[in-house]
Amino acid sequence: MTLREIADRLGCQILAGARRGDRRVTGGFCGDLLSNVLAAARPGDLWLTIQHHVNVVGVAQVAGLAGILLVEGVEPAESVIAKAEELDVAVLRSSQSAFELAGRLHRTLFAELR
Amino acid sequence: MQKPTDVGSNAAFLAVHLIDAGDVEFGGAASAKIKGDLRRLGIVEALARRAGIIAFEGEMNLILYSSHGGRITVCVDRGAIEITVEDDGPGIEDIDLALTPGYSTAPDWATDLGFGAGMGLNNMQKNADGFEIHSHIGSGTRIVCWIARGEHDAA
Amino acid sequence: MEFQEVARLVEGEVLVPPPDGGLPIDRAYAADLLSDVLALTEESTTLITGQISPQVMRVAEILSVIAVIFVRGKHPPGPLVESAARLGIPVVVTKKTMFETCGLMYQNGVRPCRNRPMLVRTPPSSPST
Repeated sequence: MTLREIADRLGCQILAGARRGDRRVTGGFCGDLLSNVLAAARPGDLWLTIQHHVNVVGVAQVAGLAGILLVEGVEPAESVIAKAEELDVAVLRSSQSAFELAGRLHRTLFAELR
Repeated sequence: MQKPTDVGSNAAFLAVHLIDAGDVEFGGAASAKIKGDLRRLGIVEALARRAGIIAFEGEMNLILYSSHGGRITVCVDRGAIEITVEDDGPGIEDIDLALTPGYSTAPDWATDLGFGAGMGLNNMQKNADGFEIHSHIGSGTRIVCWIARGEHDAA
Repeated sequence: MEFQEVARLVEGEVLVPPPDGGLPIDRAYAADLLSDVLALTEESTTLITGQISPQVMRVAEILSVIAVIFVRGKHPPGPLVESAARLGIPVVVTKKTMFETCGLMYQNGVRPCRNRPMLVRTPPSSPST
Protein backbone atom coordinates (compact mmCIF):
# COMPACT_ATOMS: atom_id res chain seq x y z
CA MET A 1 0.00 0.00 0.00
CA THR A 2 1.14 3.55 -0.54
CA LEU A 3 1.54 6.25 2.07
CA ARG A 4 -1.35 8.15 0.62
CA GLU A 5 -3.65 5.15 0.74
CA ILE A 6 -2.67 4.50 4.32
CA ALA A 7 -3.18 8.15 5.27
CA ASP A 8 -6.66 7.99 3.73
CA ARG A 9 -7.51 4.69 5.33
CA LEU A 10 -6.38 5.76 8.80
CA GLY A 11 -7.68 9.29 8.50
CA CYS A 12 -4.30 10.96 9.03
CA GLN A 13 -3.24 14.43 8.05
CA ILE A 14 -0.19 14.73 5.84
CA LEU A 15 2.01 17.46 7.29
CA ALA A 16 5.06 17.08 5.06
CA GLY A 17 6.34 15.10 2.13
CA ALA A 18 2.99 14.89 0.36
CA ARG A 19 4.77 14.32 -2.89
CA ARG A 20 6.12 11.07 -1.41
CA GLY A 21 2.54 9.86 -1.26
CA ASP A 22 3.28 7.02 -3.67
CA ARG A 23 5.94 5.56 -1.45
CA ARG A 24 5.24 1.97 -0.48
CA VAL A 25 4.68 1.08 3.13
CA THR A 26 5.74 -2.47 3.91
CA GLY A 27 5.43 -2.54 7.67
CA GLY A 28 5.02 -0.54 10.84
CA PHE A 29 7.24 0.33 13.76
CA CYS A 30 6.19 1.74 17.13
CA GLY A 31 8.73 3.34 19.39
CA ASP A 32 9.86 6.54 21.03
CA LEU A 33 13.45 5.68 21.91
CA LEU A 34 15.51 6.94 19.00
CA SER A 35 18.46 4.59 19.44
CA ASN A 36 16.05 1.70 19.38
CA VAL A 37 14.43 2.92 16.17
CA LEU A 38 17.80 3.15 14.46
CA ALA A 39 18.65 -0.35 15.59
CA ALA A 40 15.41 -2.14 14.85
CA ALA A 41 13.14 -0.36 12.37
CA ARG A 42 13.26 -1.67 8.82
CA PRO A 43 13.28 0.31 5.58
CA GLY A 44 9.75 0.74 4.35
CA ASP A 45 8.28 0.80 7.86
CA LEU A 46 5.89 3.58 8.78
CA TRP A 47 7.17 4.84 12.14
CA LEU A 48 4.54 5.60 14.77
CA THR A 49 5.83 7.84 17.52
CA ILE A 50 4.94 10.64 19.90
CA GLN A 51 8.40 12.17 19.54
CA HIS A 52 8.09 15.26 17.43
CA HIS A 53 11.37 17.12 17.73
CA VAL A 54 13.63 17.71 14.77
CA ASN A 55 15.81 14.63 15.37
CA VAL A 56 13.04 12.29 14.29
CA VAL A 57 13.34 13.51 10.71
CA GLY A 58 17.03 12.61 10.49
CA VAL A 59 16.35 9.21 12.03
CA ALA A 60 13.58 8.46 9.55
CA GLN A 61 15.76 9.40 6.65
CA VAL A 62 18.84 7.49 7.79
CA ALA A 63 16.80 4.37 8.48
CA GLY A 64 15.02 4.53 5.12
CA LEU A 65 11.60 4.55 6.73
CA ALA A 66 8.49 5.11 4.65
CA GLY A 67 7.57 8.02 6.85
CA ILE A 68 6.68 9.19 10.34
CA LEU A 69 3.20 9.02 11.80
CA LEU A 70 2.87 11.32 14.82
CA VAL A 71 0.35 10.04 17.33
CA GLU A 72 -1.83 11.55 20.05
CA GLY A 73 -2.32 14.69 18.00
CA VAL A 74 1.09 16.14 18.80
CA GLU A 75 2.00 19.18 16.79
CA PRO A 76 5.53 19.45 15.51
CA ALA A 77 7.22 22.83 15.25
CA GLU A 78 7.50 24.54 11.87
CA SER A 79 11.21 23.78 11.88
CA VAL A 80 10.46 20.07 11.99
CA ILE A 81 8.13 20.30 8.98
CA ALA A 82 10.71 22.34 7.12
CA LYS A 83 13.40 19.78 7.85
CA ALA A 84 11.10 16.99 6.70
CA GLU A 85 10.44 18.73 3.39
CA GLU A 86 14.13 19.39 2.99
CA LEU A 87 15.10 15.75 3.61
CA ASP A 88 12.11 14.43 1.67
CA VAL A 89 10.61 12.66 4.68
CA ALA A 90 6.84 12.18 4.85
CA VAL A 91 5.22 13.20 8.14
CA LEU A 92 1.66 12.18 8.95
CA ARG A 93 -0.38 12.99 12.02
CA SER A 94 -3.35 11.53 13.87
CA SER A 95 -5.10 12.27 17.12
CA GLN A 96 -5.37 8.57 17.97
CA SER A 97 -3.07 6.62 20.25
CA ALA A 98 -0.14 4.53 19.08
CA PHE A 99 -1.95 1.36 20.16
CA GLU A 100 -5.01 2.13 18.08
CA LEU A 101 -3.09 3.29 15.02
CA ALA A 102 -0.77 0.30 15.19
CA GLY A 103 -3.81 -1.95 15.43
CA ARG A 104 -5.49 -0.38 12.43
CA LEU A 105 -2.30 -0.20 10.37
CA HIS A 106 -1.50 -3.82 11.17
CA ARG A 107 -4.96 -4.85 10.04
CA THR A 108 -4.71 -2.74 6.89
CA LEU A 109 -1.32 -4.10 5.92
CA PHE A 110 -1.63 -7.73 6.95
CA ALA A 111 -5.06 -8.87 7.95
CA GLU A 112 -6.71 -7.65 4.80
CA LEU A 113 -4.35 -9.60 2.61
CA ARG A 114 -6.01 -12.83 3.65
CA MET B 1 -9.55 27.90 43.26
CA GLN B 2 -7.77 29.61 46.07
CA LYS B 3 -4.69 28.16 47.54
CA PRO B 4 -5.60 26.63 50.90
CA THR B 5 -4.41 28.81 53.74
CA ASP B 6 -3.61 27.64 57.21
CA VAL B 7 -2.78 24.29 55.77
CA GLY B 8 -0.50 23.58 58.69
CA SER B 9 -2.91 24.32 61.51
CA ASN B 10 -5.49 21.66 60.78
CA ALA B 11 -3.28 19.33 58.77
CA ALA B 12 -4.31 15.71 58.86
CA PHE B 13 -1.07 14.53 57.34
CA LEU B 14 2.36 15.93 56.60
CA ALA B 15 5.32 14.16 55.04
CA VAL B 16 8.64 15.30 53.68
CA HIS B 17 10.58 13.18 51.21
CA LEU B 18 14.23 13.98 50.58
CA ILE B 19 15.37 13.34 47.03
CA ASP B 20 19.00 13.04 45.95
CA ALA B 21 20.22 14.52 42.69
CA GLY B 22 21.22 11.95 40.10
CA ASP B 23 19.54 9.11 41.95
CA VAL B 24 17.83 7.78 38.86
CA GLU B 25 17.73 4.22 40.10
CA PHE B 26 15.33 5.15 42.88
CA GLY B 27 13.48 7.77 40.91
CA GLY B 28 9.77 7.49 41.43
CA ALA B 29 10.03 5.54 44.67
CA ALA B 30 9.04 8.52 46.80
CA SER B 31 6.09 9.29 44.53
CA ALA B 32 4.81 5.75 44.62
CA LYS B 33 5.02 5.92 48.41
CA ILE B 34 3.20 9.26 48.42
CA LYS B 35 0.38 7.80 46.40
CA GLY B 36 0.21 4.74 48.61
CA ASP B 37 0.17 6.91 51.76
CA LEU B 38 -2.67 9.02 50.38
CA ARG B 39 -4.72 5.94 49.55
CA ARG B 40 -4.15 4.60 53.05
CA LEU B 41 -5.40 7.92 54.41
CA GLY B 42 -8.61 7.30 52.53
CA ILE B 43 -8.06 9.71 49.65
CA VAL B 44 -9.97 8.45 46.61
CA GLU B 45 -8.02 6.75 43.80
CA ALA B 46 -8.49 9.54 41.25
CA LEU B 47 -7.06 12.23 43.51
CA ALA B 48 -4.28 10.03 44.86
CA ARG B 49 -3.29 9.21 41.30
CA ARG B 50 -3.11 12.86 40.33
CA ALA B 51 -1.01 13.56 43.39
CA GLY B 52 1.25 10.63 42.54
CA ILE B 53 1.76 11.95 39.02
CA ILE B 54 2.55 15.44 40.27
CA ALA B 55 5.00 14.02 42.79
CA PHE B 56 6.59 11.77 40.18
CA GLU B 57 7.24 14.58 37.72
CA GLY B 58 8.59 16.73 40.54
CA GLU B 59 10.76 13.92 41.83
CA MET B 60 12.27 13.20 38.42
CA ASN B 61 12.96 16.90 37.90
CA LEU B 62 14.86 17.02 41.20
CA ILE B 63 16.85 13.95 40.22
CA LEU B 64 17.65 15.09 36.71
CA TYR B 65 18.10 18.82 37.07
CA SER B 66 18.80 19.94 40.63
CA SER B 67 22.34 20.52 41.82
CA HIS B 68 22.04 18.85 45.20
CA GLY B 69 18.63 17.21 45.22
CA GLY B 70 15.70 18.67 47.09
CA ARG B 71 12.53 17.78 48.87
CA ILE B 72 8.93 16.98 48.25
CA THR B 73 6.48 18.01 50.95
CA VAL B 74 2.98 16.58 51.00
CA CYS B 75 0.42 18.25 53.19
CA VAL B 76 -3.18 17.09 53.41
CA ASP B 77 -5.98 18.90 55.13
CA ARG B 78 -9.74 18.69 54.81
CA GLY B 79 -9.80 20.94 51.79
CA ALA B 80 -6.84 19.97 49.69
CA ILE B 81 -3.72 17.97 49.05
CA GLU B 82 -0.74 20.26 48.67
CA ILE B 83 2.53 19.08 47.12
CA THR B 84 5.62 21.26 47.19
CA VAL B 85 8.74 20.38 45.24
CA GLU B 86 11.78 22.49 46.02
CA ASP B 87 15.51 22.61 45.60
CA ASP B 88 18.27 25.15 46.06
CA GLY B 89 19.77 25.17 42.60
CA PRO B 90 20.48 25.83 39.80
CA GLY B 91 17.20 27.68 39.15
CA ILE B 92 15.33 28.07 35.89
CA GLU B 93 16.47 30.84 33.60
CA ASP B 94 13.28 31.24 31.60
CA ILE B 95 10.18 29.91 33.32
CA ASP B 96 7.86 30.50 30.37
CA LEU B 97 10.19 28.50 28.17
CA ALA B 98 10.40 25.74 30.74
CA LEU B 99 6.60 25.57 30.79
CA THR B 100 6.36 25.17 27.02
CA PRO B 101 5.17 21.64 26.27
CA GLY B 102 7.97 19.60 24.75
CA TYR B 103 10.78 21.91 25.87
CA SER B 104 13.46 19.86 27.57
CA THR B 105 17.03 20.22 28.70
CA ALA B 106 17.39 16.53 29.43
CA PRO B 107 20.67 14.91 28.47
CA ASP B 108 20.57 12.13 25.86
CA TRP B 109 20.99 9.37 28.41
CA ALA B 110 17.87 10.57 30.19
CA THR B 111 15.90 10.68 26.97
CA ASP B 112 16.80 7.11 26.27
CA LEU B 113 15.50 6.12 29.66
CA GLY B 114 12.18 7.59 28.71
CA PHE B 115 12.49 10.96 30.40
CA GLY B 116 13.05 14.37 28.97
CA ALA B 117 10.01 14.48 26.74
CA GLY B 118 9.57 17.99 28.07
CA MET B 119 6.14 17.34 29.49
CA GLY B 120 6.96 17.14 33.20
CA LEU B 121 5.88 20.60 34.33
CA ASN B 122 2.87 20.45 32.04
CA ASN B 123 1.81 17.14 33.50
CA MET B 124 2.02 18.72 36.94
CA GLN B 125 -0.18 21.61 35.80
CA LYS B 126 -2.62 19.27 34.14
CA ASN B 127 -3.10 17.23 37.29
CA ALA B 128 -3.28 20.11 39.72
CA ASP B 129 -6.14 22.46 40.47
CA GLY B 130 -3.61 25.12 41.40
CA PHE B 131 0.00 25.51 40.33
CA GLU B 132 2.70 28.00 41.24
CA ILE B 133 6.33 28.05 40.19
CA HIS B 134 9.01 30.32 41.58
CA SER B 135 12.60 30.15 40.48
CA HIS B 136 15.74 32.24 40.43
CA ILE B 137 19.07 31.46 38.85
CA GLY B 138 21.49 30.61 41.60
CA SER B 139 18.91 30.25 44.33
CA GLY B 140 16.63 27.41 43.40
CA THR B 141 13.14 26.44 42.39
CA ARG B 142 9.91 25.97 44.28
CA ILE B 143 6.83 24.46 42.74
CA VAL B 144 3.57 24.26 44.66
CA CYS B 145 0.60 22.25 43.41
CA TRP B 146 -2.66 21.62 45.10
CA ILE B 147 -5.60 19.35 44.45
CA ALA B 148 -9.02 20.16 45.85
CA ARG B 149 -10.66 17.37 47.80
CA GLY B 150 -14.32 16.65 47.28
CA GLU B 151 -17.10 15.62 49.63
CA HIS B 152 -16.52 11.98 48.81
CA ASP B 153 -13.14 11.61 50.42
CA ALA B 154 -13.12 9.49 53.51
CA ALA B 155 -10.30 11.06 55.50
CA MET C 1 -9.11 -11.07 26.29
CA GLU C 2 -7.73 -12.94 29.28
CA PHE C 3 -4.17 -12.30 30.42
CA GLN C 4 -3.00 -15.84 29.65
CA GLU C 5 -4.56 -15.63 26.18
CA VAL C 6 -2.62 -12.44 25.55
CA ALA C 7 0.60 -14.11 26.69
CA ARG C 8 -0.01 -16.99 24.28
CA LEU C 9 -0.97 -14.65 21.46
CA VAL C 10 2.29 -12.73 21.66
CA GLU C 11 4.27 -15.91 22.37
CA GLY C 12 5.40 -14.29 25.57
CA GLU C 13 7.08 -15.51 28.70
CA VAL C 14 5.09 -14.81 31.86
CA LEU C 15 7.40 -13.37 34.51
CA VAL C 16 4.71 -12.53 37.05
CA PRO C 17 1.51 -14.53 36.71
CA PRO C 18 -1.98 -13.10 37.18
CA PRO C 19 -4.06 -13.97 40.23
CA ASP C 20 -5.79 -17.34 40.29
CA GLY C 21 -9.09 -15.99 39.07
CA GLY C 22 -7.46 -14.67 35.90
CA LEU C 23 -7.29 -11.09 34.68
CA PRO C 24 -9.37 -9.56 31.90
CA ILE C 25 -7.44 -7.34 29.52
CA ASP C 26 -9.78 -4.84 27.88
CA ARG C 27 -7.70 -1.79 27.14
CA ALA C 28 -4.10 -1.16 26.29
CA TYR C 29 -1.66 1.67 25.87
CA ALA C 30 1.71 1.54 24.14
CA ALA C 31 4.54 3.95 24.95
CA ASP C 32 8.24 4.08 25.72
CA LEU C 33 8.40 7.51 27.28
CA LEU C 34 7.38 7.67 30.90
CA SER C 35 6.08 11.21 30.68
CA ASP C 36 3.76 9.96 27.98
CA VAL C 37 2.58 7.07 30.13
CA LEU C 38 1.99 9.52 32.98
CA ALA C 39 -0.49 11.39 30.82
CA LEU C 40 -2.74 8.31 30.76
CA THR C 41 -6.03 9.15 32.32
CA GLU C 42 -7.65 5.77 32.61
CA GLU C 43 -7.23 3.07 35.17
CA SER C 44 -7.20 -0.64 34.49
CA THR C 45 -5.02 -0.36 31.43
CA THR C 46 -2.38 -2.77 30.23
CA LEU C 47 0.87 -1.04 29.43
CA ILE C 48 2.89 -2.17 26.42
CA THR C 49 6.42 -0.82 26.55
CA GLY C 50 10.05 -1.35 25.66
CA GLN C 51 11.19 0.74 28.61
CA ILE C 52 12.70 -1.40 31.39
CA SER C 53 13.94 1.28 33.77
CA PRO C 54 12.94 0.90 37.45
CA GLN C 55 10.54 3.79 37.08
CA VAL C 56 8.21 1.73 34.93
CA MET C 57 6.82 -0.19 37.88
CA ARG C 58 6.56 2.91 40.05
CA VAL C 59 4.61 4.63 37.31
CA ALA C 60 2.49 1.50 36.90
CA GLU C 61 1.71 1.65 40.61
CA ILE C 62 0.84 5.35 40.54
CA LEU C 63 -1.44 4.84 37.56
CA SER C 64 -3.00 1.58 38.72
CA VAL C 65 -1.89 -0.20 35.55
CA ILE C 66 -3.17 -3.78 35.67
CA ALA C 67 -0.52 -5.58 33.61
CA VAL C 68 2.69 -4.82 31.75
CA ILE C 69 3.93 -6.32 28.49
CA PHE C 70 7.59 -5.75 27.67
CA VAL C 71 8.27 -5.95 23.96
CA ARG C 72 11.29 -6.38 21.72
CA GLY C 73 12.56 -9.14 24.01
CA LYS C 74 13.44 -6.57 26.66
CA HIS C 75 13.89 -8.51 29.85
CA PRO C 76 13.31 -6.32 32.85
CA PRO C 77 15.91 -6.59 35.62
CA GLY C 78 15.26 -8.71 38.71
CA PRO C 79 14.32 -5.84 41.05
CA LEU C 80 11.67 -4.65 38.59
CA VAL C 81 10.13 -8.11 38.43
CA GLU C 82 10.19 -8.30 42.22
CA SER C 83 8.37 -4.96 42.50
CA ALA C 84 5.78 -6.19 40.03
CA ALA C 85 5.24 -9.35 42.03
CA ARG C 86 4.92 -7.35 45.25
CA LEU C 87 2.42 -5.01 43.65
CA GLY C 88 0.49 -7.88 42.11
CA ILE C 89 0.98 -6.57 38.57
CA PRO C 90 1.34 -9.45 36.07
CA VAL C 91 4.22 -9.16 33.61
CA VAL C 92 4.89 -10.74 30.22
CA VAL C 93 7.94 -10.41 27.97
CA THR C 94 7.60 -10.95 24.24
CA LYS C 95 10.18 -10.97 21.49
CA LYS C 96 7.66 -9.39 19.17
CA THR C 97 7.85 -5.73 18.30
CA MET C 98 5.55 -3.16 19.86
CA PHE C 99 3.86 -2.74 16.49
CA GLU C 100 3.10 -6.41 16.11
CA THR C 101 2.04 -6.79 19.74
CA CYS C 102 -0.42 -3.90 19.38
CA GLY C 103 -1.62 -5.26 16.07
CA LEU C 104 -2.33 -8.74 17.41
CA MET C 105 -4.06 -7.49 20.55
CA TYR C 106 -6.16 -5.02 18.57
CA GLN C 107 -7.20 -7.72 16.11
CA ASN C 108 -8.33 -9.78 19.08
CA GLY C 109 -10.57 -7.15 20.56
CA VAL C 110 -8.38 -5.21 22.98
CA ARG C 111 -9.33 -1.57 22.73
CA PRO C 112 -7.30 1.63 23.03
CA CYS C 113 -7.62 3.93 25.97
CA ARG C 114 -9.83 6.88 25.42
CA ASN C 115 -7.80 9.62 23.82
CA ARG C 116 -6.99 12.33 26.20
CA PRO C 117 -6.77 15.87 24.84
CA MET C 118 -3.49 17.67 25.43
CA LEU C 119 -4.94 19.58 28.33
CA VAL C 120 -2.68 22.05 30.01
CA ARG C 121 -4.49 23.72 32.86
CA THR C 122 -3.89 27.43 32.94
CA PRO C 123 -2.09 28.11 36.18
CA PRO C 124 -3.78 30.58 38.53
CA SER C 125 -2.64 34.11 38.01
CA SER C 126 0.05 34.17 40.63
CA PRO C 127 3.10 35.70 39.05
CA SER C 128 6.28 33.69 39.23
CA THR C 129 8.68 36.09 40.89
